[in-house]
Amino acid sequence: MSELLIDNISMRFELPNGGHVQALQNVSLDIKSGELMSVLGPSGCGKTTLLNIVAGFLAPTEGNIILNEKKVVGPSADRGMVFQQGALFEWMTVRENVSFGPDMAGISRAESKEKVEHLLEVVGLGDFKEKAIYELSGGMQQRVALARCLANDPDVILMDEPLGALDALTREKMQGLVLDLWRETGKTIILITHSVEEALLLGERLLVMAPRPGRVHKEYRLPFADLGVGNDLREVKKHKDYNSTREEILEMIWSMEEEIMGRTEASS
Amino acid sequence: MSGLLVLVLYVTAFFGSYAILSRLLKRYFQRDGFNSLKTVTFGDESAVKANRIASVISILTVFWLWVAFTNSVIPLPKLPGPFQGDVSFTYTATLEDGTSDDGTVTVRVYREDIQQTLDSEGNPGKEPSAVDVEPGDGFAKNDSITAARYSFKVVNVWKNDDVSKKDGSKITAINGQAIKPGEKIKIPEGMIGLTDKGTPTFAPATGLRMQRLYLPAPEVVMQRFIRLNKEGYQGFTLWEHTRFSLQRVLIGFLLGSLIGIPLGYAMGLTNWARGWFDPIVEFMRPVPPLALIPLMIIWFGIGETSKVILLFLAALWIMIIAARSGVSGVAIAKVHAAYSLGASKWQILTKVIVPNSLPEIFTGARVAMGVCWGTVVAAELVAAEVGLGKMIVVASKFQLTDIVLVGIILIGIIGFLIDVGVRALETWLVPWKGKV
Repeated sequence: MSELLIDNISMRFELPNGGHVQALQNVSLDIKSGELMSVLGPSGCGKTTLLNIVAGFLAPTEGNIILNEKKVVGPSADRGMVFQQGALFEWMTVRENVSFGPDMAGISRAESKEKVEHLLEVVGLGDFKEKAIYELSGGMQQRVALARCLANDPDVILMDEPLGALDALTREKMQGLVLDLWRETGKTIILITHSVEEALLLGERLLVMAPRPGRVHKEYRLPFADLGVGNDLREVKKHKDYNSTREEILEMIWSMEEEIMGRTEASS
Repeated sequence: MSGLLVLVLYVTAFFGSYAILSRLLKRYFQRDGFNSLKTVTFGDESAVKANRIASVISILTVFWLWVAFTNSVIPLPKLPGPFQGDVSFTYTATLEDGTSDDGTVTVRVYREDIQQTLDSEGNPGKEPSAVDVEPGDGFAKNDSITAARYSFKVVNVWKNDDVSKKDGSKITAINGQAIKPGEKIKIPEGMIGLTDKGTPTFAPATGLRMQRLYLPAPEVVMQRFIRLNKEGYQGFTLWEHTRFSLQRVLIGFLLGSLIGIPLGYAMGLTNWARGWFDPIVEFMRPVPPLALIPLMIIWFGIGETSKVILLFLAALWIMIIAARSGVSGVAIAKVHAAYSLGASKWQILTKVIVPNSLPEIFTGARVAMGVCWGTVVAAELVAAEVGLGKMIVVASKFQLTDIVLVGIILIGIIGFLIDVGVRALETWLVPWKGKV
């Protein structure tokens, strides 16, 4: 079905001073339909660049993105994106934001109404349809962003630290929501995060990336996302493998960060 | 002198009213809790708010100072006024042989603005006639003259005397007090003196109030306002003067927006347009519109065309820059989100970039309207056939200070209302401004 193939992607940014940054080097991934893959890594490992390439905002220097056996050449409605914050349209109500995708596709409001209202109910904003965006809290705004993305029925959902700007409690609730939506819709999701816990809890597949050049460092298959669907996420954290995996990954990222620091210090 | 007095009174009013009111209305003046410790303002967390009592008292103070320094009929405490009424003094004329005789001079002091006042039937006031006096005995006869307030009168006391100045009659004393040429004697009603050649002079006491020429009283300005509405000035009623000025501003501003906003969008969206218009915009932006007035008059004359083009130019650069920064200021996440929701380039322009730039455009519109309003008045001051600026500059040439004041007050109020109007429009159309 909707298989996403990341085929030997490299990305090089030329700097104005003549140098260059190798943001990604030979990254290859095969993401099955309905997989939830979380991506972790220290800053500068190219995870956001990778997401932007998959979304079609950036053209890779080498390699291809292939979705459903078609090469990706630019942004399109089959790959929805959820941003950290500030990507909602303040001049529209909650409902108008969610129906933006269908509107752009030329679907009449009457036709999309049912879907939009259903999605708003699913994310728990049924009573806030006519509110303005700036009247909502940060967590509610991210619910709108999720609903807006789902309204387009994309094959793949790309999430760039969608919960990064939320407080810890709201974040936990939203993690549950993301899992529920994943299970209910069966979408392929790539989720970038800075939080190891979040990556563990949500990622059925977990990718740890390393910096300079950005590359895949290690990949995990984890049981926690399946356990977490419909369950209390705090219970999942009591699973016997949870803590050890968490420690292992933290250790990995720490040593990478230290390596970067060492290198910076040595060069300066 | 009186300028310093105004300053002293104003400062006293500022501190005095605070001292009194902060004691009387203790609770209103108290800042409680956490905010009482804040002294600096940070955006919307500002701890300093306008005290509206202070605003009201401030306006009242200015009004009171205005009344206090004019010959107003409004019953408020006023500074000592000029002398008005009848006063007489005696002069002693001495002949060469030593004989002397006393005569009196009666002066009727009348309002200097008598001709500008109207009686109940609407006729202008007339200067009063001098008091009838008996000539009296001796060779020095009694005189009677009239003098306007704030004036200075040379009194030819010998006019009706038996012995003239040429024949050796000299003034040696005033009110029994010896006086030499060039000296002065002060009486409560004014100043009596002798010129260097020995002729008496009289200047009525002026007090500390301004004469109408310099500062007309509030009610005089109000009456002038009513008359301007009814009769107009220079062939146009006040409303017509105002309308012409406003019309120029609106047309100029609308043209400037109509051309400037699309140009700003183009500059924000394409490198070519940005490069093409950048030198022109950056060159023209710092040129004050007032500096263009002479050129506009040379090219387009003093009619409507030159005014509208001037205001168009005043608004144009501001609107271009506002629209440009509105476009550049769009968060890339919004554009990306719209793309991945399936929007086309055109849809992103109309549904994302244009609405996103509205707050900036409204900020620009507020600035542009303010600049246009200032510029139109200045342009009319230089040359125009009709308009508020033209009205005040012509009135100033005829020393009709009340018309000048009516014009200035009206210009201020309209400028304020324009700003309030644009801000109201802004909260209505761009309710999300400053909240995200």
